[in-house]
Amino acid sequence: MIPLDIHELTPLVEALIFAADGPIKLERMAEALEMEPAEISAAIEALQADYEEHPRGFFMQEVSGGYQLRTRPEYADYLRRLGQSRPFKFSRPALESLSIIAYRQPVTRSEVEYLRGVDSGSVVKTLLEKRLIRILGKKDVPGKPMIYGTTKEFLELFGLPDLSALPTLREFSELVSEEESGGQMASMPLLVEQGDAEM
Amino acid sequence: MDSYAIQLENFEGPLDLLLHLIKKNEMDVQDIPIAEITRQYLSILDAMKTLNLDMAGEFLLMAATLLHIKSKMLLPKIVEDELEEEEEDPRAELVRRLLEYQKYKEVSLTLESKPQLGRDLFARFSAEPEVLENAEAGFVAVGLFDLLEALKEVMKESPEQIVHEVNMEQLSVTDRINAILSELQGKESLAFHDLFSGVLKRSEVIVTFLALLELVKLRMVRFMQNVHHGSIWLFPAVTIEESDELDLGDDSLGYS
Repeated sequence: MIPLDIHELTPLVEALIFAADGPIKLERMAEALEMEPAEISAAIEALQADYEEHPRGFFMQEVSGGYQLRTRPEYADYLRRLGQSRPFKFSRPALESLSIIAYRQPVTRSEVEYLRGVDSGSVVKTLLEKRLIRILGKKDVPGKPMIYGTTKEFLELFGLPDLSALPTLREFSELVSEEESGGQMASMPLLVEQGDAEM
Repeated sequence: MDSYAIQLENFEGPLDLLLHLIKKNEMDVQDIPIAEITRQYLSILDAMKTLNLDMAGEFLLMAATLLHIKSKMLLPKIVEDELEEEEEDPRAELVRRLLEYQKYKEVSLTLESKPQLGRDLFARFSAEPEVLENAEAGFVAVGLFDLLEALKEVMKESPEQIVHEVNMEQLSVTDRINAILSELQGKESLAFHDLFSGVLKRSEVIVTFLALLELVKLRMVRFMQNVHHGSIWLFPAVTIEESDELDLGDDSLGYS
């Protein structure tokens, strides 16, 4: 293959990311182009810079170990009008259980239940059906309970490059007021911040 | 009391309710006035009872825990000089659980607020993130749940027979495997449901299902479906001619 300079490589990498069915890994692109991952990485940086300078309707998100083009969140309302499927709306039990599993995996159902103080069987089942969690195996304790962890679909849904990108758990020694924890919700990560965080 | 009643269903569980009570009363979580919190907690349980709300056992368990802590705290502390180590505050475990629960409750809200694929962000083919997974010619691999759902459907159609026939009929998984293979021969695919047409007995349904599982395990067929929860299709994974008659003894599969 003819060595490509960065100006030729950047649109080629863009084409690969565009055409891929899901998030495409750096290594996969390097393999397809018979190039070094570092070169692809440089092209991705160039692309990212280009998107920032000349914003499009989409942006590039590093997600689940790969890269994917996704529409900008501010257009969500309009895009939802196109969609045939309703987005998955989380119930609070589902969200709480999913968070506990995400942060404490590998984890058993009874550990989730101890932390939440409520039966979580049906919630775990729903999360399994939605493919947000999966069975990792069985714990080597009496009863051999199943242990659970999150899936790549989980990372894709929340736009996380990997598990280390989960929001930081705040350690508490006291309770936060309800207004305060509500305020936490309002300070949503903005698109700009996300773009920065990716590179 | 009325103010409680309205909010009851908003609580995820006893920990959530306790957190709320402690915050509302502006109590110090490290030094919970256990008598007061127990009183308030129990009065809420009473309200739940009057409202005939289906009270989950977890709420009662927590009530018992609170009472247990309360009684422990009422006991005079035995001063034992020999025992240097201080006995742990009876409330300590509860406090740990409350703080731990609060941690996950909070982070779950942060997670929820992140832009979600299919809700806030959209990618090609990904209105539903689930269909991202290897969409092979419009088909996706069938998961365990879909397979079990399909089995349940078939089982519904073959109600358990109550007959007094004692002669054992030998149903062989191997025979069924070979039958399925020969049915598949020359075809591109078979509908899961068709495999059970004509099969009426429950035992036959089960043997057929086992045969299918074995075939998947042997990597001779694959289950695919075109949409999630759509109908399931059976595809040959190898050229059937090569594996015409499968030389499998029943013993080798572990069924008898």
